[in-house]
Amino acid sequence: MQDKVLLQMRQIEKKFPGVRALGGVDFTLRKGEIHALMGENGAGKSTLIKVLTGVYQMDGGEIKLDGELISIRSPQDAQNSGISTVYQEITLCPNLTVAENMFIGREDSAWVRHKDYEIRADEILGKLGIPARSRQQLGDCSLAVQQMVAIARAVDMKCKVLILDEPTSSLDDKEVNMLFDLMRSLKSQGVGIIFVTHFLEQVYEVSDRITVLRNGELVGEYLTEELPQVELVAKMIGKELDELSSLREEPDIVVEEKEVFYKAKGLSSSAALPFDFSIRQGEVNGFTGLLGSGRSESVRAIFGADKVTGGSVSIKGKPVKITRPVEAMKNGIGYLAEDRKRDGIIADLSVRENIILALQVMNGFFKPISRSESEAFADEYIKVLNIKTASRETPIGSLSGGNQQKVILARWLLTHPDYLILDEPTRGIDVGTKLEIQKLVLKLAEEGVSVTFISSEVEEMLRTCSRLIVMRDRHVVGELKGSDLNQEQVMKTIAGGEAKDEE
Amino acid sequence: MKRFKALVLAGVLAMSLVFGACGSDAGTAGKPAGGNSNKVIKVGVVNNPPSESGYREANVKDMEAVFSKENGYELHTFYNIKNDEQLQAAQGFITEGVDYLLISAAETTGWDEVLKKAKEAGIKVYLFDRMIDVDESLYEAAVVSDMSKEGETAVNWLLAQNLSEYKVVHIQGAMGSDAQIGRTGALDAQFNSGKMKKVVQQTATWDEAEAKKIVESVINSGEDFNVIYAENDGMAKGAVAALDEAGITHGVNGKVIVMGFDCNKWALRELKAGAWNYDGQCSPFQAKIISDLIKGVTTASSKKIINEEKGFDAKELTDDDINTYGLGE
Amino acid sequence: MKNKNLNGFKLNLGQLTIPIIAICLLIIFNVFRDPGFFAIEITHNNDGNAVLAGNLISIINGASELAILAMGMTLVTAACGGQDISVGAAAAIAGSAFVKILKSTESINGGTVLFAFLFACIVAMLFGTFNGTLVAVFKIQPMIATLILYTCGRSIAYWINGGATPTVSSPIINAIGSFIPGIPVPTPVLIVITVAVIFKLVFHFTSLELLTQSVGINGSAARLNGINATFIKLLSFIILGACVAVAGCIGVSRLGLINHETLLIDVEMDAILAVAIGGNNLGGGKFKISGSIIGAYVIQMLTITLYAMKVSSTDVKAYKAIVIVLLVVIGSPVIKARFAKLLSRIRSDRQKVSTKGAE
Repeated sequence: MQDKVLLQMRQIEKKFPGVRALGGVDFTLRKGEIHALMGENGAGKSTLIKVLTGVYQMDGGEIKLDGELISIRSPQDAQNSGISTVYQEITLCPNLTVAENMFIGREDSAWVRHKDYEIRADEILGKLGIPARSRQQLGDCSLAVQQMVAIARAVDMKCKVLILDEPTSSLDDKEVNMLFDLMRSLKSQGVGIIFVTHFLEQVYEVSDRITVLRNGELVGEYLTEELPQVELVAKMIGKELDELSSLREEPDIVVEEKEVFYKAKGLSSSAALPFDFSIRQGEVNGFTGLLGSGRSESVRAIFGADKVTGGSVSIKGKPVKITRPVEAMKNGIGYLAEDRKRDGIIADLSVRENIILALQVMNGFFKPISRSESEAFADEYIKVLNIKTASRETPIGSLSGGNQQKVILARWLLTHPDYLILDEPTRGIDVGTKLEIQKLVLKLAEEGVSVTFISSEVEEMLRTCSRLIVMRDRHVVGELKGSDLNQEQVMKTIAGGEAKDEE
Repeated sequence: MKRFKALVLAGVLAMSLVFGACGSDAGTAGKPAGGNSNKVIKVGVVNNPPSESGYREANVKDMEAVFSKENGYELHTFYNIKNDEQLQAAQGFITEGVDYLLISAAETTGWDEVLKKAKEAGIKVYLFDRMIDVDESLYEAAVVSDMSKEGETAVNWLLAQNLSEYKVVHIQGAMGSDAQIGRTGALDAQFNSGKMKKVVQQTATWDEAEAKKIVESVINSGEDFNVIYAENDGMAKGAVAALDEAGITHGVNGKVIVMGFDCNKWALRELKAGAWNYDGQCSPFQAKIISDLIKGVTTASSKKIINEEKGFDAKELTDDDINTYGLGE
Repeated sequence: MKNKNLNGFKLNLGQLTIPIIAICLLIIFNVFRDPGFFAIEITHNNDGNAVLAGNLISIINGASELAILAMGMTLVTAACGGQDISVGAAAAIAGSAFVKILKSTESINGGTVLFAFLFACIVAMLFGTFNGTLVAVFKIQPMIATLILYTCGRSIAYWINGGATPTVSSPIINAIGSFIPGIPVPTPVLIVITVAVIFKLVFHFTSLELLTQSVGINGSAARLNGINATFIKLLSFIILGACVAVAGCIGVSRLGLINHETLLIDVEMDAILAVAIGGNNLGGGKFKISGSIIGAYVIQMLTITLYAMKVSSTDVKAYKAIVIVLLVVIGSPVIKARFAKLLSRIRSDRQKVSTKGAE
């Protein structure tokens, strides 16, 4: 490995209205190095990448490439300087051939010399060991090969820095290995690769160095072999290990003797791999794992939000069929979706209409909730949940995020569910509201409602859940309860230290 | 659910097949050429589809009735509203070896080559209903209506009523169509000469309901009028509906004279009942004239043969006229 | 924050602002042009009944089919975020079916008319189901899906009765299309009122309104709340089908004649316009049926105004287009946003002035 510095970003600043997305971040990439850029959602990874590729203009700092100061004003600038990006979604044209895709938009003249291009394309594909032919239609290749063609295109443009943004998220294991081989081959040719991913194991398999960001700030740069997975997770989440273990735990609520409300065996959906799960009445459990670990997909399968593909489900011991949301609702299950904007609020409708929506659907088409009734419901929950809105007729879209979330909560509480699934109910809302929601969850549990609580903030889950199901790479890798419910153990399980033995 | 989807898909397919089939009538109707028969005259007709209008339906029926087996013809037909398809069909008829080619073209252009080929093949071409932009030598004769003559006949009838003053509500057809241009021309001349007063001149684009609205608006404006000149029967009916609602008498012995065109049977019955005054014919009956030319009963005096068209006065109309000249049922 | 909410509240109320302003402007314009324009008088029609007459009656009467179609179109627009462009052709089919039944019966009486109407309804709703299936199940863009029926609908109508223009004459048909003896209000107007009341009742006794809006605004969230979006979309097309049948039968009854080529020709565009002028978002979501009804009357008033002004045949459509472009542009989100900005600036200026005054 050469140690020559290829790219140096120093004191990068980027502000958005009201938010400091990057605050003095340093990043160094060496020649022939695979450098993983890590951090949880909102850590500033993608902002940094976008600054580097000219999508955003930085507000401060400098970028040096090969020791020379460069200014990147547009993606075109970045490309001309030798910085290429391959995104998660394939941005090529599936209806063109491989060769056409490799050369599109780069023709030297108006005349397209198909023959020349094809010969050159085959040459590059061969050199990189990519299993594709130049005259093949790109759409006929597997996703992995398409990704590799995108990389080949970038490499042929004499790129020095190659950015791979979540390249493996839609590939299977074999394809991932093919991609890694290609990355290693590029590395040996001296290309510097920035690898953005949320798969921890892949980072350890292929990368040489890791830079961790958190809340728009640099946590540190580490040699991969010197940073254990547990520590990496801790750095991403932002708790030092000793600090974590000193946190006091809430006493568990004893639910062991209560009746099992929901039980699934081998439940799977179009998005979730088969898993077993059960929850007792009045129990609060949590699904945890890093982003993309499959925690949301699993609870969506419970609610029938994605196409259910297999498994058996029982409610209070009786087998039931839940393949659509309405069936889950009729069985007393409520689901507050992760993406509030996309899956939660009906933006143009009023707070009142948003609150009664789920109950209305359960009541049925021919039993509309009368105006006065719905007003009473709305008023009640606006008061109970302390929703700050100008009136019950205000469109929900004009409320703040926290209040929107409370309205959606009200919608599900109004259906008086036996089992409530809350997927990231506290994301993007202020601290006060977060605490209110946590308290509400515990209160519901006291009343006998089963709750599944998902949060990116482990601390929050430790405070509310009596059992944690840990997921990694779309598999359940552990279940923690009792004395195991502490940050250190959670981190370890997420990172796969001890949990690895179980597999 | 999947089965349901498949079912729907099958339904869509079946429908598209039906639609496809209706366009290819001619293909199945035409049998391969069967040698040189001296007796049977093979005629290929390229026309617009009967669904185009009541006029066209009568036209198609007339052709099929005249060029029948009984009359010694073997008839091949192709009905389509698209010029391209018509051209292809004509080409097909030439290849098949018809003796005569009868054409009512969808568009006036594009026919040069096909007609030349017909001439080379010794096929005689007659145009009916519509002219084509080609050299006169390429066809034997064109039997067409003279729309402006229709208008003149009607206006002359109107002048013969000797009203003390003419205050005309003029409801036009779709602007730019042959029928509209022809039927408007004669009346415009009267307006310009000052003999008749234009109370209103508006297009209802052949739409009955729109015609009613136009007349309503004239009535509401309080302007006086004593003639409604509608460029087809349907619009005349719409106009009359407006008069009826406003309590204005019309027809024979009525305050307002009602004039229509096309001679639909139901319109002639209105005429017979005295609710209307005049209906101008736009004859779709060209088949007899062409048949006579083919069989040598008559000879063409010129390349352009104007189909004689009548105008019917309510007072002189007979039941026979209705049966002979009325279109539809 | 509070201010923002207030603004949102105001805009929400203001959906009807544009159509109401439009109709007021047209009224004012006409009153200035001709003070007697809106005079209503009672005349006796040729059947000897006392009936209302005048431009206002003509406008309200003439817009009946359009108003009914606009109501159905509003629902489809709200649920599917697209429009049905086949309503004119479908109305021709429904009208033809109506006439077919009437012509095949011995004598036309109340029973046969009702039967013919119900038959027309079923036919139109079946075609609505066809459109709805393409849109809701196969996820085809509404305009593309309905393009099929738009193209072939009038041919289908032709097959039902053959060519020419079949006529039916009966006092009952005449009463439906014009006036019921003893009632001075045109029957089509009464039918519009009936249909509007039915819509109101449906909204009152079912949750259709809320579910339709939810599906139209955020289909993904609606699904996660257990709403069957496919069913709602399909239902909107079936309801529009019923509206189409009613409009088609009125159109036939007005003159006792069906011309499959011209019956309600181009009405689809006017119906879509009525929905747009009514302040409804053509991309789906929140809707107000009342807005669309007003929109229909705006279009009709515009047409009658142009007729009354004796604008020449060839120019009518151009003038209509100019007015409609103005209306639609004024109602566009961009202009609305600009206007709101302007308003707030004026307001803040005024505040500054008042605070200065206080100093």
